[in-house]
Amino acid sequence: MEMVLIYLRVFVIGGFICLIGQILINVTKLTSARILVVFLLLGIVLESFGLFEPIKQFGRAGATIPITGFGATLAKGAIEGVKKQGLFGAITGGIQAGAMGLSTAIFVGFIVALVSKPRTK
Amino acid sequence: MKLEGNEKKEYLAFVRKESPKTEHAKTMTRAFFLGGIICCIGQGISDLLRYLAPTLEEKIIMSFTLLIIITITGILTGFGIYDKIGDWGGAGSIIPITGFANSIVSPAIERKTEGVVLGLCNNMFTIAGPVIVIGLTVSVLVGLIYWFIGVI
Amino acid sequence: MKNRTITFKTPISIQETATIAGPKEGAGPLKDYYHNILENDVLGQKSFESAEIKIHTYTIKHMLNRAKLKENDIDCVFCGDLLDEIIGCNYTMREFDIAFMGLYNACATFGEALILGATMLDAGHMEKVICSTASHFSSAERKFRYPLELGSQRTPLSQWTVTGAGSTLLSKQDVSKIKITMATVGRVVDYGVSDANDMGAAMAPAAMDTLIAHFRDTGRKPDYYDLIATGDLGHSGSRLLQKLIKEKNIELNDNYTDCGILVYNRESQDVQQGGSGTGCCSLVFNSYIYTQLKRGKYKKILLVPTGALVSKISSLQGETIPAIAHAVAIEVL
Repeated sequence: MEMVLIYLRVFVIGGFICLIGQILINVTKLTSARILVVFLLLGIVLESFGLFEPIKQFGRAGATIPITGFGATLAKGAIEGVKKQGLFGAITGGIQAGAMGLSTAIFVGFIVALVSKPRTK
Repeated sequence: MKLEGNEKKEYLAFVRKESPKTEHAKTMTRAFFLGGIICCIGQGISDLLRYLAPTLEEKIIMSFTLLIIITITGILTGFGIYDKIGDWGGAGSIIPITGFANSIVSPAIERKTEGVVLGLCNNMFTIAGPVIVIGLTVSVLVGLIYWFIGVI
Repeated sequence: MKNRTITFKTPISIQETATIAGPKEGAGPLKDYYHNILENDVLGQKSFESAEIKIHTYTIKHMLNRAKLKENDIDCVFCGDLLDEIIGCNYTMREFDIAFMGLYNACATFGEALILGATMLDAGHMEKVICSTASHFSSAERKFRYPLELGSQRTPLSQWTVTGAGSTLLSKQDVSKIKITMATVGRVVDYGVSDANDMGAAMAPAAMDTLIAHFRDTGRKPDYYDLIATGDLGHSGSRLLQKLIKEKNIELNDNYTDCGILVYNRESQDVQQGGSGTGCCSLVFNSYIYTQLKRGKYKKILLVPTGALVSKISSLQGETIPAIAHAVAIEVL
């Protein structure tokens, strides 16, 4: 039962973030690159003010899978970097924390693009 | 011949009035549903990892979840499936990290015809570039501000 | 205002036409009228650009075969497409030993080609010319929009670029009853639309401008024609045009249609507002409309190819979208 509740929360939080995105697209005609940037910034801001952690506790993957979660990871990395390594950590913390997402996307992107063919619709 | 000022505003208002409306209810429901599903899949993957390797740190589990979900997206994009999902679900497919992965893989595939280095590699970030640039810039900024506050 | 309509001294014969339609177009409502329908729109080529070039090359070759002419019999080819530096046409014409004039008026290029071709014949400089345009969904999509594999939703106002090509053979000799009698040259009209997904709204004022000039210069009324067909305004753009032009006391009623509406079945083909692209009106005119002219269903038609002169760079720099339309009167004499 607890399991179902957790997944329900993940579904609702994740869905809700995407719903706001869809409203933005419908109303402002923002393109996907801009939408991604807006939600990334939202994540960075929320994390910087310590507001992302409670959302994450509640929504789990519903909060971390959207690009907002990636933004929060970057900000969190920078903040933790400062605590551990000072100025050095301030600059390297973000990219270290985001390394998994970035490297995988680039690596997978390269390999997939090499082996697949552009297709028409 | 160019319309300016009030005449232009009138025409644009006329176009807005006459144009077919976006189907808000349909697109929003679909975005909510697809976004929710993708996040649940992410939760499922991380729960599975936790079950398989209970000793792993939470941070590592999250990283590997990303790895798996991005790889799946890359493959779906390569087979031309993700664009169909995106056409159905709109923002539900853009905002999850899968949308970020798709925006890196898709221009790379498309530009392959112009060569591996100048086509594929060069155009990989035509859509996702701003995410990386702004993400890193702002995170460094946040780090610097925290460091500065700490120094004082 | 200056007269923008050309009346040809001797009406110019349309001797023959040829078309090749892509698979999606070939499944549409006009499927019985196309000369050739492709099963696959890549044609074994490495890129979509090469595929478009192949389609265009085959169309012109097919035209020569249908008219039983050799390359030597043709004085010049007037053609254009949507790709950068109109490479589609440049490489198409590399295959032929024929003089070539490359044109660009976006989707109105077919009108520009017909007008220039007919003018050359009328002036007596040439005997036979080919006017031709082509477009390809995938090459246009990647030039003007996003990568094909990107999961993005098509907005309700967007249109579907036609994959296909159409060629018209014009002749100075009196070889056919179907003739180009008049043409009205369009001017660039910009009503301030900046949404690159709403081409219909950008082009409707240009179509209106050219139609008003045509009716004013010739003294004709819309009901003079059995059919007035705009190029690719699509469903919403055509409705805009009808409403706009009504305010100027011109009524476009049952004899009005749009090639972008004709080319697809909107209910079953998921094309939002209809077809667009340089190939759209040349494909529809050279197949469906020309056949109906030959069969006598239509006697007088006005073809108004419309083009949105959009560019990715100027859009990013905040420019609005200018548009142009040319009108060509074709009559059975």
